[in-house]
Amino acid sequence: MELYELTIHELLDLIKKRETTPSEITESVLKRVGQVEDRVKAFVTITEEEARERAKHIDEDVNNEGNIKSLMGIPMALKDNMCTKGIRTTCSSKILYNFKPPYNATVVEKLNDAGTVLIGKTNLDEFAMGSSTENSAFHTTRNPWDLKRVPGGSSGGSAAAVAADEVIFALGSDTGGSIRQPASLCGVVGMKPTYGFVSRYGLIAFASSLDQIGPFTKDVTDCAIVMNAICGHDPMDSTSANVDVPDFTKSLVADVKGMKIGVPKEYFIEGIQPEVKDAVMKAAELFEEMGANVEDISLPHTDYGLSVYYIIAPAEASSNLARYDGIQYGFRAEEYDDLIDLYKKTRSEGFGPEVKRRIMLGTYALSSGYYDAYYLKAQKVRTLVKQDFDNAFEKCDIIICPTSPTTAFEIGAKTDDPLAMYLSDVFTIPVNLAGIPGISIPCGFSNGLPIGLQIIGKPFDEATIIKAAYTFEQATDYHKQKPNL
Amino acid sequence: MEYEVVIGLEVHAELSTDSKIFCSCTTEFGGDPNTHCCPVCLGLPGVLPVINEKVIELAVKAALALNCEIAEYSKFDRKNYFYPDLPKAYQISQYDLPLAQNGYIEIEVDGKKKKIGITRVHIEEDAGKLVHAELGGYSLVDYNRTGVPLIEIVSEPDIRSPEEARNYLDKLKSILQYSEVSDCKMQEGSLRCDANISLRPKGSKEFGVKTELKNMNSFRAVQKALEAEVKRQKKILERGERVVQETLRWDEARGVTVPMRSKEEAHDYRYFPEPDLPPVVISKEYVERIKSTLPEMPQERKERYMKDYNLPEYDAGVLTDSKAIADFFEACVEKYHDPKTVSNWVMGELLAALKTKDAEIDDIPLTPSHLVEMLELMDKGTISGKIAKTVFKEMIETGKRPEQVVKEKGLVQITDEGKISEIIEKVIKENPKSVEDFKNGKEKAIGFLVGQVMRATKGKANPQIVNKLLREKLQ
Amino acid sequence: MKISKKDVEHVANLARLHLDEQEKENYTKQLNSILEYMEKLNLLDTEDVPPTSHVIPLKNVFREDKVRDSLSNEEVLANAPDAEDGYFKVPKIIE
Repeated sequence: MELYELTIHELLDLIKKRETTPSEITESVLKRVGQVEDRVKAFVTITEEEARERAKHIDEDVNNEGNIKSLMGIPMALKDNMCTKGIRTTCSSKILYNFKPPYNATVVEKLNDAGTVLIGKTNLDEFAMGSSTENSAFHTTRNPWDLKRVPGGSSGGSAAAVAADEVIFALGSDTGGSIRQPASLCGVVGMKPTYGFVSRYGLIAFASSLDQIGPFTKDVTDCAIVMNAICGHDPMDSTSANVDVPDFTKSLVADVKGMKIGVPKEYFIEGIQPEVKDAVMKAAELFEEMGANVEDISLPHTDYGLSVYYIIAPAEASSNLARYDGIQYGFRAEEYDDLIDLYKKTRSEGFGPEVKRRIMLGTYALSSGYYDAYYLKAQKVRTLVKQDFDNAFEKCDIIICPTSPTTAFEIGAKTDDPLAMYLSDVFTIPVNLAGIPGISIPCGFSNGLPIGLQIIGKPFDEATIIKAAYTFEQATDYHKQKPNL
Repeated sequence: MEYEVVIGLEVHAELSTDSKIFCSCTTEFGGDPNTHCCPVCLGLPGVLPVINEKVIELAVKAALALNCEIAEYSKFDRKNYFYPDLPKAYQISQYDLPLAQNGYIEIEVDGKKKKIGITRVHIEEDAGKLVHAELGGYSLVDYNRTGVPLIEIVSEPDIRSPEEARNYLDKLKSILQYSEVSDCKMQEGSLRCDANISLRPKGSKEFGVKTELKNMNSFRAVQKALEAEVKRQKKILERGERVVQETLRWDEARGVTVPMRSKEEAHDYRYFPEPDLPPVVISKEYVERIKSTLPEMPQERKERYMKDYNLPEYDAGVLTDSKAIADFFEACVEKYHDPKTVSNWVMGELLAALKTKDAEIDDIPLTPSHLVEMLELMDKGTISGKIAKTVFKEMIETGKRPEQVVKEKGLVQITDEGKISEIIEKVIKENPKSVEDFKNGKEKAIGFLVGQVMRATKGKANPQIVNKLLREKLQ
Repeated sequence: MKISKKDVEHVANLARLHLDEQEKENYTKQLNSILEYMEKLNLLDTEDVPPTSHVIPLKNVFREDKVRDSLSNEEVLANAPDAEDGYFKVPKIIE
């Protein structure tokens, strides 16, 4: 067994026992990157030299301190929409192709403090807008389980990097499913925490009221470990919740006896792939066998979620992305007549078609005369979607459902039909609208492609989600399977 | 036809905080370009705003001083537009739920009191500064000012003349300075004013088409621009034509208002609630607490000066116009027995000096105790009133104590009668014509002779003694 | 049709995007189909429903009025496409 195949908790054990060193682990991971990256294309930037130096530095810390920090010497990757001081941060967009932030995102600081080694910045759909990474300005990331297929998105690079063992864990961001959907399609664990639990400071904004950072890991135990490191109040983020962070590893207990689990009937609609439905139903049965009380529930406004999302997210994005105008940083068009021409050419040449489409949609939704009909209406229906969950959680502790209606689709299959692409997030979006936590864990395979189970919990009750996910994982071995690369 | 002028003013005042509204950069004026900036005020990708609590405090204070109702619930919104001085391409401001509404300022028009309504007071961030290069066809951007906290004070269209507008602005400035929310330095851009102006036939209830005036760098400029615009609009209306609704720029040098080309396009700011900032909820207790910290306002202070110091209304008004001047005056009066004398010096020499220097009292080194020491030197007869003016000028420049100035410049008054007599003898000898005139009953001639004695002593001779001795000699 | 080609041109101008003819056609078509899909929101009566702009109920999140170090001028300008004498340089702005 190679070091790169291991999990965080396995590697930490080895480090603690002095059976390996951070440098050895980093070398192993870099070797793996060398073997598979030209096929997977998970990264935008690989920080090989910095990683080696950093690992050496941590080798010394391990020797000197003896005190092993929670992620000491663990190689990881960051979605390339999280600011890293002095390291190119592009959002997979031409408009930021050369942008080197003068500061670190709060999560980056936290991971640094925990002792991680950054291997690189991963590919995404430009500005996190997409469900396949096909909207990256640089290249499309491939699904390690089938290189003809997409890894999902927008955090497809992070999901693929973890699935391909190119890193031990990675961070992604989730605005409408961008962690859970690629985790599902790549057969790894991906969690979107409660809105406000992880600081957004330094996460390049797509839709501010929906964006949330979370981890991709190889199993639920690692998910708990990374959650411990990244959650918590940040005075630099006014929307960061000032709540205590529990020790999530304490929830790694295989026990769901008496747990009330809801299965929403609206999530088993037409268009869902039969194997996905079967796998989720089987998961529900397994929970029941293990002592949980599974019951049908209703989230009546589910069908409206997508419409609400595709008004609110583009509207916020149209404002968030207005700053990319060629004045202070990033790409500037080479020829222009005057200031307005500079703006228009820079933005038209710098943004890809999906980003422009959403900027157009969002600008329209906010423009004079349409605000009430679209944006305000969407905000009101958002309240109804949230109330659905509030009502459901009066009856149950968690909700389970599919993460994505389908397994990974082929590259190019949906690029000409934006609405069809949007529909692949139909089960993940309501969770972002409600600001609540959700996880995707592997729950089966169809034609060799992973299927994801989504577990949704109450606000700031990630602990219960982790407990249920861990219990399921202990009873199955889907998470242990690896793609044949 | 007779027209009525309708004016509404929008004033932006910089709040006196140490750090910016959403980040910890300094608000200090000046500094090398782009040195008071951080990722947050530069609007770099990924940054988030955090509200400076002092901004809320000062804005509430200002709103209370302007007799406004404070909103229990207010929120921030984004105002979206592209301009190089706006790094995020949106300004964080307040749209439909401003911090405060429904206030007023009382001004005096022809000796009568008049209330000018305040529609709203809201908080927003300032933009950067554009420098237009003389040559080369480009502009330069400095983001030091970006994110400096502002309040915008919007008046009702209650103002009926350019003069009233000036009056309103003077009063507003004095209230903001009194409540210590803003230093209101127009030359540093910490107070800025835009105006909306329209004309309508006298007696009409409907508003005419208005124009918006920008780029006025002083209260005087506001008044002049409004006067010019009244004339311009009147001419248009008298020709039977319609005023075009547009934004105009005041061209100070040419004394005319000219259309702003960049504002031609109708704006659609696409306001929406700022998702990065939770709402601001202000309790009654908080409002009460801020209210209790409000200092005495100019009107109350003026009345007190008339009552306690027996000053004429004019004096009291001038002294209390600016809080800094009034504070200076009071510090003097605490140490000196005669308020009227202090008032004369402050209103006369001091205000004149500040005006010539275009300075605020904080900018000069003169202290109240130095002024009082100078008055005491006069009382003791050490210096004459005339010498005092010289001493005063020196004190304003150097900040030296009056005694030191007197000593260094040898300005001690000559009271030695023998010495003065000698000089008088000489002057009498040299000016037989004037002596003759005086003896023939021309009283005025003695003034000339006194002047000659003063000149010979470089103004140091005690004028009373000179007068007395001269008359004795000529009798 | 909810949105015409002219609307698309207006919105593109607001968003400071330059669109060629083909893009205008495409966006008109695509935005219409997306907006049509969203029509379903109008089936819901939301008269008395409050809007949600923040999902977690925070208020009065403030920081102390304290000055901290700013970036150096070099750091501020490090990513600038064009700069001069410590300033960002842009095409001439006509007032």
